[in-house]
Amino acid sequence: MQIPAPFDYVRASSVDNALALLDRHGAESRVVAGGHSLLPMMKLRLARPDWLIDINDLFELDYLLIDGQTLRIGAMTRHTTLLESDDVQRLFPIITDAERVIADPIVRNRGTIGGSLCQADPAEDLSTVCHVLEAVAVVRGPAGERMLSMADFHRGPYETAVAQNELLIEVRVPIRAGSSSAYEKVERRVGDWAVAAAGASVTLDSAGAISQVAVGLTAVGLEQNVTEVEAVLVGQTPTEELFTEAGRLASLACDPLADQRGPIDYKRHLADELTRRVLRAACRRAAASASEITI
Amino acid sequence: MTILEDRPSNPAAGDHDRPIGHGRMQRKEDPRFVRGKGHYVDDIVLPGMLHGAILRAPVAHARLVSIDTTEALAHPKVLAVITGTDLQALGLAWAPTLSMDVQAVLVTDKVRFQGQEVAFVVAEDRYAARDALELIQVEYDVLPPVVDARKAMDADAPVIRDDLEGRTDNHIFDWEAGNKAETDAVFASADVVVTQEIVYPRVHPAPMETCGAVADFDPIDGRLTLYETTQAPHAHRTLFAMVSGIPEHKIRVVSPDIGGGFGNKVGIYPGYILAVVGSIVTGKPVKWVEDRSENLMSTSFARDYIMQGEIAATRDGKILALRTNVLADHGAFNATAQPTKYPAGFFHIFTGSYDLQAAHCTVTGVYTNKAPGGVAYACSFRVTEAVYLVERMVDILARKLEMDPAELRLKNFIKPEQFPYPNKTGWEYDSGDYEPTMRLSMKMAGYDELRREQKEKRERGELMGIGISFFTETVGAGPRKDMDILGLGMADGAELRIHPTGKAVVRISVQSQGQGHETTFAQIVAEEIGIPPEDIDVVHGDTDQTPFGLGTYGSRSTPVSGAAVALVARKVREKARFIAAAMLETRPEDLEWEKGRWFVKGDPSIGKTMAEIAMGAHGTVALPEGIDGNLDAEVTYDPPNLTFPFGAYICVVDVDPGTGHVKVRRFIAVDDCGTRINPMIIEGQIHGGLTDGVGMALMEFIEFDAEGNCLGGSFMDYLIPTAMEVPDWETGFTVTPSPHHPIGAKGVGESATVGSPPAVVNAVVDALAPFGVVHMDMPCTPARVWEAMQGRTRPPV
Repeated sequence: MQIPAPFDYVRASSVDNALALLDRHGAESRVVAGGHSLLPMMKLRLARPDWLIDINDLFELDYLLIDGQTLRIGAMTRHTTLLESDDVQRLFPIITDAERVIADPIVRNRGTIGGSLCQADPAEDLSTVCHVLEAVAVVRGPAGERMLSMADFHRGPYETAVAQNELLIEVRVPIRAGSSSAYEKVERRVGDWAVAAAGASVTLDSAGAISQVAVGLTAVGLEQNVTEVEAVLVGQTPTEELFTEAGRLASLACDPLADQRGPIDYKRHLADELTRRVLRAACRRAAASASEITI
Repeated sequence: MTILEDRPSNPAAGDHDRPIGHGRMQRKEDPRFVRGKGHYVDDIVLPGMLHGAILRAPVAHARLVSIDTTEALAHPKVLAVITGTDLQALGLAWAPTLSMDVQAVLVTDKVRFQGQEVAFVVAEDRYAARDALELIQVEYDVLPPVVDARKAMDADAPVIRDDLEGRTDNHIFDWEAGNKAETDAVFASADVVVTQEIVYPRVHPAPMETCGAVADFDPIDGRLTLYETTQAPHAHRTLFAMVSGIPEHKIRVVSPDIGGGFGNKVGIYPGYILAVVGSIVTGKPVKWVEDRSENLMSTSFARDYIMQGEIAATRDGKILALRTNVLADHGAFNATAQPTKYPAGFFHIFTGSYDLQAAHCTVTGVYTNKAPGGVAYACSFRVTEAVYLVERMVDILARKLEMDPAELRLKNFIKPEQFPYPNKTGWEYDSGDYEPTMRLSMKMAGYDELRREQKEKRERGELMGIGISFFTETVGAGPRKDMDILGLGMADGAELRIHPTGKAVVRISVQSQGQGHETTFAQIVAEEIGIPPEDIDVVHGDTDQTPFGLGTYGSRSTPVSGAAVALVARKVREKARFIAAAMLETRPEDLEWEKGRWFVKGDPSIGKTMAEIAMGAHGTVALPEGIDGNLDAEVTYDPPNLTFPFGAYICVVDVDPGTGHVKVRRFIAVDDCGTRINPMIIEGQIHGGLTDGVGMALMEFIEFDAEGNCLGGSFMDYLIPTAMEVPDWETGFTVTPSPHHPIGAKGVGESATVGSPPAVVNAVVDALAPFGVVHMDMPCTPARVWEAMQGRTRPPV
């Protein structure tokens, strides 16, 4: 049994209570939600918080709701809830694609979207998904709420804009007509972190041309979207040649490291291959949903 | 003999209609396991028990400069901190390994691998013990490590084992088998020779339960009770007596339920010894249970063989000879567990299932700055490496000759009439009939149809591979005259006692780690004496309760202990005849046996059941001279030869050409383990072994960086397969009984682990044939497969 260093534990009863506890216990306190990143790090004594503030009683943050043209996801929403949601599958299949390959059912039953985004592991899937969907992070602190684009929220590996005395409380995803999305990951084994992954979102106009596109990559040293592909794809009718060009741009944009999961050129290759695949799937899905509506 | 039908059995056997003897029945031990009521070492709680934790070295090679335990000892819950210096004073700093080397219990002079044991803390609870580890101050003088076995014998390589008198290099042993001159002559005149370096990377058995012990030394009567995760309780007791000086009759080793062993729990680890020392020092019971990282980083690994393979054949596909030179990485201490005469285990069965004119192998063992061990992970004493080598080489030859790999194998099999078959490296294969087994696997797979499908897919650019492996195992070690571990002959005992009411207890010397001994051994007795298996208790794992024997590993339980149990049951049956004769007032030779009963020849209505005879044995009937008033017997079985199970495996994979990801689509496994005692248990063993094989072929690898840091120290980095990576197994069987085993059984525990990796790798390489790939080393991860497709295969160093 791996045993963490000694720590104190307190259970928060509300968001305000959690914020007060964070304020009271200061820099050496950490919130724990699903605990699937923090607790293993504590057991390896890589993380040694003095205080653990358990926010699992914050049921007020466990929700999925469609509010006009926005899907609002409470930060305590478990991966399983996202995976099993028909609304999510219909509106944002990229989330369903990603959730299907995030860890295993045991982790998905406990882990939360808020925990994933705040952990900001470079191989974490939902950060890429939220970048691609141009989601907005709602962060609450003593001074009230802040709305942050993913570009502002996600500052780099293991780093976000959430201050020590703040909590991510909600993720807002804009709903766009004619839009669809896809995610694909290569892993050495089910439940392993990504060797590399890619996500794409596209919006097709009534003529079938791409009016909006976003491509993001996971685990290859690119925290933001592959912005280069927009100029190439927007206004164009999807073709295999365009996907190939987008893949080429993605492989150039990323900056992977060699590790046990593979060498640099393989990861660049995956950035290319997976970009093509997710664009292909997202365009196919967007076209299919457009044809369903016209029927 | 080959038959394709199960013995009479009841596929849906529940509580009713169980076989009285061999056949399919649910496992007697499962109710406690499926209800979470198994009782493992970590479940043992003794009054006043303390907890130990081990401080481990953070680097692979370093001189120990100083160690300061003051702060740790000042921890209010710490009772003792033991260092190598303390052990030196007791003469316990070094302990013998199972390979006649020594291993440091705690570092005294030099750290030799990352994760090596440096100090032992005993505290009131396991939390305090762990906390106190951080309070021990150690200063190391870091030395350059030897990580790559290929460089271990370089002139400028650091000498790892400078503790050994006169040691100036990292060489451990050279060993060879077969005839070099004959083999070289055959190679010199052969039409075709193919050569390939084949690396079997370092892997780890990774049992679900990590290793641990609870030591309870009674200072009043000097008696030690040691609860241990061990596959060999009796051998451990003898070795503890030899090492510790505690007399053997004062030591009791108990191996309770064991959560998987796979060879990982054969050796004696420093933690076990430290728990004992901790108990002696504090006068209280001490529990030590390692965590997952400790298990992966410090306990017995498996494989790590770099093999230069060569195969010679005629142009029309007659295989003539095999030869190989192997470099074996044994880590920092030579701690493999195998029969003394065989430093490379049974690797010389690398001639496989083929009739060869000549064969020769050499194996050189070297030290590196890695964890010790070597024979583990269901390897059948290195048969795993041997089968992998020959089955890869045969496939490479098939490619060279442009022959179908199934056809090449069929053409070269040892023929049934050649058994018992003396191979070219000193084995005598007891029995075999390979072709029907191979044909059955091909029929089950729909082999020709698969090849047609593959051809079509290749034309469309899809990558599908079909891999074959035909293995011959050698298990059931072994004959005492040839096989011992530290001088202990590899025999096993069995004692059978029939209680007056006709219920029985059989006591065995082997220890189950999940194999189902409590069921299988009861069924063996049931078959022989006709008492239902549920009326027969199987006792194992406690040296105070069981006869001496060498334990469970190398698939030896059924070949050795199973034979002992069958023979002891026959002894009881024969004794019962005399008692029945006395009861019936007739002569023993006038009685005839039917299952469960002796009756008068010609008059079946007059007879005595085993229960009646048992009561009679303990009753008042006058017994003939020389017959004791009981129905008990004991046997120690010394096997005349090993047994040679075999099987034909076919694996079908699909490889994603864009990502290199391998999906195992189908796996057909036809096993021949001789007489099948409980087909359900056999299938379970096969399923587990096949899963191991897929794991090794696709993902498992204990990797080290250039500094000797272990990169496989958690399940995040050391991947083991899940249900998602394996297909629905398609199993079949043939039955070729062992001619020398009392019931014809051969053992099956490791067959699938031995046989399946080459089938998977052969399938992956077959899938990659359009890219000109002839060989790639395991693990076939997506990245490595993609690199192979780019023409950049690389060994897993």
